[in-house]
Order: sequence, then structure tokens, then C-alpha cells
Amino acid sequence: MKLKLHIWRQASPQAKGEFKAYDLDGVSPHMSFLDMLDLLNEQILHEGGEPVAFEHDCREGICGTCGMVINGIAHGPEKLITACQLHMRTFNDGDEIWIEPWRAAAFPVMKDLVVERAAFDRIIQSGGYISVRSGSAQDANAIPIPKEDADRAFDAAACIGCGACVAACPNASAMLFTAAKAAHLSYLPQGQTERLQRAANMVTAHDEEGFGNCTNHGACQEVCPKGISVDYIGRLNRDLLKATLSGVEVSTR
Amino acid sequence: MRRVLTLYRSSVGKKIMMAISGLILFGFIVAHMVGNLKAFQSPNGDGTHPLDTYAEFLREVGYPLVPEGGILWAFRLVLLAAVGVHIIAAIQLWSGARTARPSRYRKEDSQVFSYASRTMRWGGVIVAAFVVYHILHFTTGHVHPDFEYGRVYDNLVVGFQNPLVAGFYIVAVGALCLHLYHGLWSVFTTLGVQNRKIDRIRRPLAAGISVVLFVGFVSVPLAVLTRILTL
Amino acid sequence: MELDAKIPDGPIAEKWTRRQFEMKLINPSNKRKYKVIVVGTGLAGGAAAATMGELGYDVHCFTYHDSPRRAHSISAQGGINAAKNYQGDGDSVFRLFYDTVKGGDFRSREANVYRLAELSLNIIDQAVAQGVPFAREYGGLLDNRSFGGAQVSRTFYARGQTGQQLLLGCYQALERQIHEGAVKMYNRHEMMDVVIVDGRARGIVTRHLVTGKIEAHMADAVVLGTGGYSNVFFLSTNAKACNVTSIWRAAKRGAGFANPCFTQIHPTCIPQSGEYQSKLTLMSESLRNDGRIWVPKKAGDDRRAGDIPESERDYYLERLYPSFGNLSPRDIASRRAKELVDAGHGVGPLNNGVYLDFRDAIQRLGKGKVQERYGNLFQMYEKITGEDPYSVPMRIFPAPHYTMGGLWVDYDLMTNIPGLFAIGEANFSDHGANRLGASALMQGLADGYFILPLTVGNYLAEAPRGGVDPDHPAARDVIAETTALQERLLAANGKRSVDSFHMELGRIVWDHCGMARNDSGLKEALKRIPELREEFWRDVKVPGSGADLNQSLEKAGRVADFMEFAEIMCWDALTRDESCGAHYREEHVTEEGEAKRDDENFLHGAVWEFKGAGEEPVRHEEPLHFEHVPLSQRSYK
Repeated sequence: MKLKLHIWRQASPQAKGEFKAYDLDGVSPHMSFLDMLDLLNEQILHEGGEPVAFEHDCREGICGTCGMVINGIAHGPEKLITACQLHMRTFNDGDEIWIEPWRAAAFPVMKDLVVERAAFDRIIQSGGYISVRSGSAQDANAIPIPKEDADRAFDAAACIGCGACVAACPNASAMLFTAAKAAHLSYLPQGQTERLQRAANMVTAHDEEGFGNCTNHGACQEVCPKGISVDYIGRLNRDLLKATLSGVEVSTR
Repeated sequence: MRRVLTLYRSSVGKKIMMAISGLILFGFIVAHMVGNLKAFQSPNGDGTHPLDTYAEFLREVGYPLVPEGGILWAFRLVLLAAVGVHIIAAIQLWSGARTARPSRYRKEDSQVFSYASRTMRWGGVIVAAFVVYHILHFTTGHVHPDFEYGRVYDNLVVGFQNPLVAGFYIVAVGALCLHLYHGLWSVFTTLGVQNRKIDRIRRPLAAGISVVLFVGFVSVPLAVLTRILTL
Repeated sequence: MELDAKIPDGPIAEKWTRRQFEMKLINPSNKRKYKVIVVGTGLAGGAAAATMGELGYDVHCFTYHDSPRRAHSISAQGGINAAKNYQGDGDSVFRLFYDTVKGGDFRSREANVYRLAELSLNIIDQAVAQGVPFAREYGGLLDNRSFGGAQVSRTFYARGQTGQQLLLGCYQALERQIHEGAVKMYNRHEMMDVVIVDGRARGIVTRHLVTGKIEAHMADAVVLGTGGYSNVFFLSTNAKACNVTSIWRAAKRGAGFANPCFTQIHPTCIPQSGEYQSKLTLMSESLRNDGRIWVPKKAGDDRRAGDIPESERDYYLERLYPSFGNLSPRDIASRRAKELVDAGHGVGPLNNGVYLDFRDAIQRLGKGKVQERYGNLFQMYEKITGEDPYSVPMRIFPAPHYTMGGLWVDYDLMTNIPGLFAIGEANFSDHGANRLGASALMQGLADGYFILPLTVGNYLAEAPRGGVDPDHPAARDVIAETTALQERLLAANGKRSVDSFHMELGRIVWDHCGMARNDSGLKEALKRIPELREEFWRDVKVPGSGADLNQSLEKAGRVADFMEFAEIMCWDALTRDESCGAHYREEHVTEEGEAKRDDENFLHGAVWEFKGAGEEPVRHEEPLHFEHVPLSQRSYK
């Protein structure tokens, strides 16, 4: 296959970026999208240019490192996959493909398609955990958890922290990411003690990072490679309402 | 109050305030629509119309326990406050979103979210503009060609006999109902009122209510235009 | 090189308790005065950093990723073993210990493995308390499955994402400590070297991957939890960034590298679809529970699978191993597949796979049941290959997956360089010559949560504290060397990309030091690797500069280390003139075609001392003793 690629090139966080067009020949339909970018980079290298920087690691959709907006859709046109799981058979010979980084104030572009997502870590730092010390746990089977709760917790915990939700949200909100972690822990008995505090802390941290506000568009759910439901956002909203009305103060260090 | 302010400071809190104020306004709209249907009642024997009587009732209810128009103004103040909160929160959320997404995508595929959700903001602006016009038109009469205080039914029929006015009204009500459709669906998430049953019915529920309201509202101008309702 | 394993005295079941009691302690209020560096944030590194933060040490933790949550532990699918005996099927600490020693083909240390089995109990408790959503039964208790041919159900799992969930538990514990100020996190910092002062590890040199800044960080102890080196093969199931650099640089500074030739090849991966391919994808081994593996009887048969009649199919695992059949151990299943593909029986467009067929399972169980059991795996397969495994048999082929070798460590997980510790896949300690399924997660977490935080304390109690800063001459020297190496890569300005060299190196190592090895092949590899290395330094092209985000430069540094490391791997394979576990020397095969150990001459761990690139490394030995698990020959007939 032969493709025309328009790729966002930006030398550094401060630099002004722009789209550059590339013609790429010899693309096999069996290639993954990232194999195709590897091929392009090999070509750019031989032409004396600097390869396109893009992040990736496991290349099987679980590490959450890769992510780019492909033809206007975070992770590309196929549902429930990450960019690395997208294969070129989805495209046709002669296609034009626009490739852009996640765009959000809280995810500054480092270079080309690479963005900085440390804001996600800081949201987790504010309360996305159960406070337990190594070695202080009771026997694992001492707390039975109904299978249904465990399954719902798992569905929320499946988040890979890729940031597609933020990229797709018209408000650049990270509410799906935040709510997924809060929901995961709130379905479990171990997570109850800190539940309201966690909601208050995480929402505050989310806002402080400069993410926008959720206005229930549902775009996040559409692009989420793990199919995480916006229902978890409702659950977090309710916890936050409870937390505030019962006077829980946001705890900062 | 301090807790409410704390709540309002967070993005989720602003949404919750929007939801609550939205629900108040929704209640008003339902009552308004039901009141409008009184236009279809036949005139009283004395040349007045039940719609006029209803308006009179709204002004006088509670008198002499409270001053005349007291209850009406109390309601108006609550509605005004709700409109204020709804609009201010909307503007703040909007500006927050603009700061959060300073540069847009070159190519945007918006099929991933619904038309109703995308038009919340512009739809809201249209509805707000309409409300101002609507008050100047039917409440204070400033932009009405032939306004007569207290003759609600006559004002209404005269007003809607102008197809342009009726057309604008219908479009605006359409925008309002689209706005309500997404708003009503979304209020469940915002307030975290969720379980499997609710999740199943919330979209048809929001759609059904919006359609009923739309039909109720547009029936009046349509009836005027088709001369079912006359002076 | 002095190799004292420091195994505590006493009965095996009491060794760890005894060791803990003997340890010197640091007063809680003094702990924060000790600075510990942890490199890597996978299960081992992340757990160690979090736990040491909880204990009160001043922890500085480094990762080259943008977030600690990206570490490759996240990709582990199957599960984690623990001797909980929740199923009441006769499991025990001793049985898990026994199975692990035997599975490792008697090339691991009994005392270490026993401790691992013992701590497996605490790991599950710890993970559940953190909120790891393990699979549960309807009664609300934890579910288990049998994994990798084990005779008991001792594997805990979280759908096909056990590694992810365990890593997120550990990541959250780490983030909590960062929030508390107990751990300082350095994202996007790649460790380039170790700084040794007066014979002790006292710091590391890092490169910031966005700004390019090279700097030294000093500490009182350094812990490496930097994973394995399967990417020496270029194509493996490891994440793309996985590399040998940190442990190899440590080896170049004098740390012994143990058993580098023990590399595990996983039998069920999706075969390569073309030369361009960058990465192989693993399909969970659980597929072998119901899938039947076969190849056409006739070599070069290119008919479609459905057109090949039953009589012309060779269900070779069922034929050769009637009792274990398709569930034969990883190394055996892998080798048989390779032999048949080499003999021309391979299937698929590139004739590089064998069939894993669910036709009979679908007939027997119904499509619904198969979908319920393997639905997500089938979907994953279809996404990658574009073929529907419900109607066409899957194609699979073995791929490098895990490395049992690593830095030599004693019972306290300390290398032969005082103050330098290695944990998780980065060390060599527990899996011998072959790792059992669902044991990697167990080892990483046992090291990180429960062993290292205590043994580091014991070391620190007697080690010098402070007194070195990044201006120390030793640190400045290492910074200068690191900078010079980088300049050299940038200055080569040749014609070939880093990837093309990596691919070529991988091909050599795969062909000669992969699933099957022999004397002449290894000697061939030892001739070709130095040639390729020489060409690499002459002809590699690394564009851009060292002063910003430069992914080519990052790769180049890693591949440069693989070029040196690959040689030591081949030396190890050549000098271990026996077959054991995953190390299969064609010269040493039983009559049934299985690995034939030579316990007389090779009952030891081989520990390599680096003597300079191109120089012959020196081989040391740590003798092994088996008192509780009698030496025996594996048999799966």
C-alpha cells in the first residue's frame, strides 16, 4: 500500500509545531500502525531527516504508553484498541492519514507525538490507593467480596492510563481516568474507609492539573481502549457530593 | 453554606450546581407547558379567557396572607437565581474547557459524541436569548405590537399570528428540548443517581419527556397559525 | 571474584526467619538519613521503593518511562502462584518449593526458592489488601486455576491481566509514598552506569530523556530492578524499551553476571508476519488446555488447514507425549515446534508457525463455551492477524519471553559489589534453568515487598553513610565516560539504522543461541558478534543531538550494550556443555530427545566476570547443593 501521511512535528515543548507531509510506499496490510511508523522513520533516517518521535512500549495494548490522534480519533478508527493494536488492513491504498499528539493543556507536547502525562500520576498521588503497609495485611480470604462487586471493580481497574479519554474529550477532561480509579477502589470493602476523602482529593487534584470539566459528552467512553464506562463518573460525582456535604476537607500534604 | 461553596469550587461541584439549577428550571418549564395548554379551553362567559384567569390566580395566590404577587415574585426570584447559577456555572465550565484545550485538532471526528451534547452551549445561548425576547414579548409587552396587560390569551393569539414570531418560537422551543434531552440524560450521571434499571430507561425517558414538552409547547403557536385558536 | 551466597544455617524452613533475626537494625528515626536508589518501577523495583519509603528510608526511584506504571510487569497475563492451598488440593509451601526447584532443572539455590515459596503467602494477602481485583468465586472467595502443567490449582489471576493489576497495586503504593514525600520519583531518567566508590556502589549516572542532561545521583545503596534481556533477540515478547543496559553496565563495573544463557522461549506466540515486524505478541498458555497443536505430515504442504484431511495431520505433541500431550512443558513444546518448522512443516504465509486448532474443542464444548473461556484471546488474535480463530486454526510459534539469568546475588539479593542489589528478573536467583508459569510475578513481589527492604537495612547498618556527592571524582569520571560514549554514537554518522543492527544481532543470537544450541553454532556466533559490533560502531547512524529527546540515541546506547552482552551469553552457552531446562545443547540429549543434564560437571551457577569488549570473559562457579529435592531427570512421557 501507498499512503500519504500528515504528521505533527514539533521540535521541543517550546517550539511551534506544524504538520509535515510524507509519502510512504511499501506498507503491508499486516503491519501494525506502529510498524508502519517504524518503516517511515527508517525512510526519514535514510533521507537524512530526524525520525518522528512517538511513545510506545509493550505494543500489545496494555502498558498505555502509545497514543496519538489518528484521523481525528484517539487511537484511530477501530474501537477498543490502542494505536499499537491498530493494523494497516483498516486503511486502504492511497489513504491520507492525519496523525496528531494528544492535545490538552495538562499534557504538554514534549516532541512530535510525545506528550507528558505526569498529571495522571499526581491525580493518583492525591488518593488513588488504599493505605496499607507492606506486611500488615490479613489473610486474603478473610474478606469475601461478592463476585459481582469484584467484577465491576475490575472493569474500572482495567484503565491503562493512556490518556485517550482526555484527548477525545471536547473539554480535555480527565474525569473518566479519575473516576475509574475511584470506582475501582470504591467497589471493594478495603476501599471504604478512605472513600469520601479519596473522592474529594482526587477531584481537587484533577482540577488543579488544568484538565477541563466533564459535561457528559461520552466521547471518552467511545475511544477508551478498555471500554471503561462513564457510569463510573456518576459514582464519583455522588461520592464527591456526599464528601462535601458531610464536611470532608481536601487533604494535602 | 461554606460546604456549598467548597462544592462549587470543584469542577464536579459546578456540574452538580448546574444539574440542580437545571432541574429547578425543568420543573418550571413543565408547569409552564401545562399552563399554556389552558389556551385550548373555551372562553369564560364574561369575555375573558381561562388563561387570563390562571394568570390572575398566579398573581393573587396567597393574598392576603402575603402581599399581592408575593408568591409569584418568590417563584420568580428562585427562577432568576437558578438561571444565574446555571449560566455562570456554564460560562465558568466553558472557559475552563477552553483553557484545558488551547489548541484544537486539525482533523476532528465528532461522530463519537451526540449532536445534542455538542450543542449544549450554543443551544443554551439561543435559549437564553429567546427567554429575554419571550419576557419582553409576553410578560412586559415591550416588543409586542398590541399588548394589553392582563389579557393573556389575546396577547398570545395576536403575538403568534405573526408567522415569523411563531416560527422563532418553534425553533427556540426545539433548541430548548434538545438542550433538555441531553440535560435530562446527563443529570443522572452528574448527581450519581444510577443503577442498572435507571441506566436502561434514562435515555428513552429523557427523549420522551423532551418530545412531550416540544409537542405541548408548539401546539399553541401551531393552533394559532392554523386558526384553531382565534381571538 | 568472591561468591559467598551467605545462606543461613539451620533447617530449610527456618532459614529466612533466622536470617531476619540475625539482621542488624537501624533505629526508626535514623532511617531517613539513609539514601537508597532504586532503578526500575516494575513489580520488584516499585514494591521495593514503596516499602522502603514506608519504612522511612530516603528513597530515590528512577524509571525511563513517563510514569512508573508503564513498567513491563504490566504485560504479564496468566497469574501468580502462591501456596495458599485454598483449594484444599494438597498444596503446601514445600510442594511449591519442590515444583520450582524441579521445574528449574536443579540449577537454582534451594534456600532462595524455599523462601520464595514461603513468602508467596504474604504476597496474595498484600495484593488483596491493596485492592487488586483477583478473580473470585460466587461465594466471594478467591478463585484459583492450574497453570503451566502444575498438578495443583495454586495460581491466582485477574482475568488475563494479572501483571497489570499487581503492578497497579504496587504503583499506587509507590505513588502514596511519593505523596508522603518518602520517595522522590525521577521519570524519564535512564540509568547509564553505576558509580563505585571504595569498592561500594554509591550512586548512578542518569540521562534525562527529554533534556539530555547527564548527571550523577549518589546514595548509600543502589538497587537494580530493571528486568530481563530477552530483547537481545530483537524479536521477543518483551516491551520495546526493555534492555540489558543497567545490569550490563553493573557487570562491566565488576558485578558477576550469572547464567546468561538461561533464556526462556514461550511456545504460544503469534508468528512473525514480515521482516518489518518489531515485536512478537504472546497468547496465554491457557489456550493449550483446549487447543490441539498440529502440522501437516507432508513437508511443504501449502493447502489450507481445512483442506488437509485428518489422516495427513500430525498432532505431534499428542503423539510424542501421550500423557501430557498439548500441555507438555514450555521448553519441550517450543523445541518440537521449531524442529518441525525447520524441517519444512511450518504453516502460514511465511511457513513459520504451527497450528493451534480449536475445531475439536468447538465441536465438543460448543462455540459459546469456547468463547467464554478464550473470547478475549481470540479477539486479540483476530485484531493482529485478521483471521478468525473460530473458523481457521490459530498459528503459533515460540518466542523469547523471559530470562532466568541475571546479576549474581547472594541470599540477601546483593551482588558481589557491596551496596549493589539486584531484584526481580534482573537477578538470577530463583528459577534455575527454566521458570515455571506464574512464578515471575511471585518472585518480583517477594523480592520487592518482603526481602530487599530488610536486607538493604542490614547492609546499611554497617555501611558508610553519606560523604559522597555528585562532584566526587568517581562520579565525575563516570559522567565523562557516559558522555564520551554518547558522543561516539552520535559521531559515527554511518549509513545503517540502529534497528537494522539490532535485527541482525537478534538473528545471530536466535539462530545460534536460541531454542537449540551446539558447539559449532555458538563458535560461529562468537565470531560474528564481534564483527557486527565493530561494524556497528563504524557504520551506525544516530541522527539529532544528545541535548533533547532523541529516541534513536536511546536505542543506540541499549543496542551497543546488547552487542557486548550477546557475546557473554554465547560464552555461557558454549561452556555449559550440558543440556538443562531451557538450555538445550544438541550434543546432550537423552534417547527420547530431551535435555540431558550433567550434574557431575555442571551442578553450579556460572558467573561471568567481564574483562573488556572482545576479551574472553572469566567464568566462576557457585556450587549448588540439593538436600531436599533429590536430583532426578525430568520426564513427561
